[in-house]
Amino acid sequence: MKARIHLLLGSLGAALVAFALASPRVIAADKVDPVADAKAFQNFFFQKFPNVKHEDFVNGPYSMNEDMKRQWQEKEEFPPYEFALEAGKEMFSTPFKNGKTYADCFPNGGIGIRQNYPYFDSGEGKVITLELALNRCREANGEAPYSYIKDEMASLTAYMAYTSRGKLMDIKIPDDPRALAAYENGKRYFYTRRGQMNFSCASCHVQSPGERIRAETLAPALGILNAMPIYRSEWGGMGTTSRRFVTCNSQTRAVPLEPQSDEYRDVEYFLSYVANGLPISGPGARP
Amino acid sequence: MTAFLRKPALLAALALLAGAAIAPAGAQSTVAEGQKLAFDRGKGNCLTCHVIKGGDLPGTIGPELKDIKAKYPDRNELTAIIFDETKRNPQTMMPPFGRNRILTEQEIDAIVDFLQTL
Repeated sequence: MKARIHLLLGSLGAALVAFALASPRVIAADKVDPVADAKAFQNFFFQKFPNVKHEDFVNGPYSMNEDMKRQWQEKEEFPPYEFALEAGKEMFSTPFKNGKTYADCFPNGGIGIRQNYPYFDSGEGKVITLELALNRCREANGEAPYSYIKDEMASLTAYMAYTSRGKLMDIKIPDDPRALAAYENGKRYFYTRRGQMNFSCASCHVQSPGERIRAETLAPALGILNAMPIYRSEWGGMGTTSRRFVTCNSQTRAVPLEPQSDEYRDVEYFLSYVANGLPISGPGARP
Repeated sequence: MTAFLRKPALLAALALLAGAAIAPAGAQSTVAEGQKLAFDRGKGNCLTCHVIKGGDLPGTIGPELKDIKAKYPDRNELTAIIFDETKRNPQTMMPPFGRNRILTEQEIDAIVDFLQTL
């Protein structure tokens, strides 16, 4: 019995040594380089769609061809998100019961700052999204948090995006190994196949943007979050980034995560970072 | 005898035998069943990505499904593609219908029957 345990420990040791010897090579090959990633990511789309203006990628499927673009321009005359936008503006300027407002929770009073979210909080060691920051603001002021999916949260983020329209996405990855790990985790989630349909986010939004699934044109991943939140005809209403992630997962028969779970926050961090330099276009409207 | 019949394996074997015996007569109905499965959004949902004669609102991701018998004279090849195309092409968008139990083997078989008429 004793000899057996020794044998087991011995082989475990050998395996560990083998792993230790092999791993530096693997790490070197997979070294995380967000700057190079973002450049490669953007170039992939710029080359795949040479006729699409770079700043147009933030308009999702509407950037993919002239017909779609015309549809979008017509829609923008009476935008379906207008109601949410008005509501958001009013909510934003209405004080909490303690007399404070959302403006007190954000840099520059919350105006024109959408392009800086999500950011990595070095104190907490985690990614902080705009939706999360809004609910934390509410809770810090004694108010109940909102659902992350739609309604009030979509209205508030719609207003904050609107005041930031045209500003270029500007996500920072601080010199902190945890920030790099969060970015890498988001990237891994984005490219990993999952669910009964075996799709990754990239299957549709990197491999197949501009293609149609039935009558729906797939949006390019580049700049996809710059337009959030969106009014989606398919939803019959507004939805946040959280809603987008959850419905993408469930439509491909994968198990959705909790809105604002660490992994979703990391995906948002990755996707926003690789869209650096592209303008905020939210709130958006989608078929 | 009744005790025997309760055994699922035996029942399945009997069902298979019966199926094999009536195959020629049942071919027409499996083609119709295959088309239904291919167009059903909750089953094959092939139209999401492929143009298929007789189907509305096809997607554009996969190739048009036509001249199938000429392209795949061996039905086993067609069955394998539907069962798990990632084996042949790891980058494919096509869901592994058999491996991930989106369709049963019988359902895939019926869809193959239908595809061979295209």
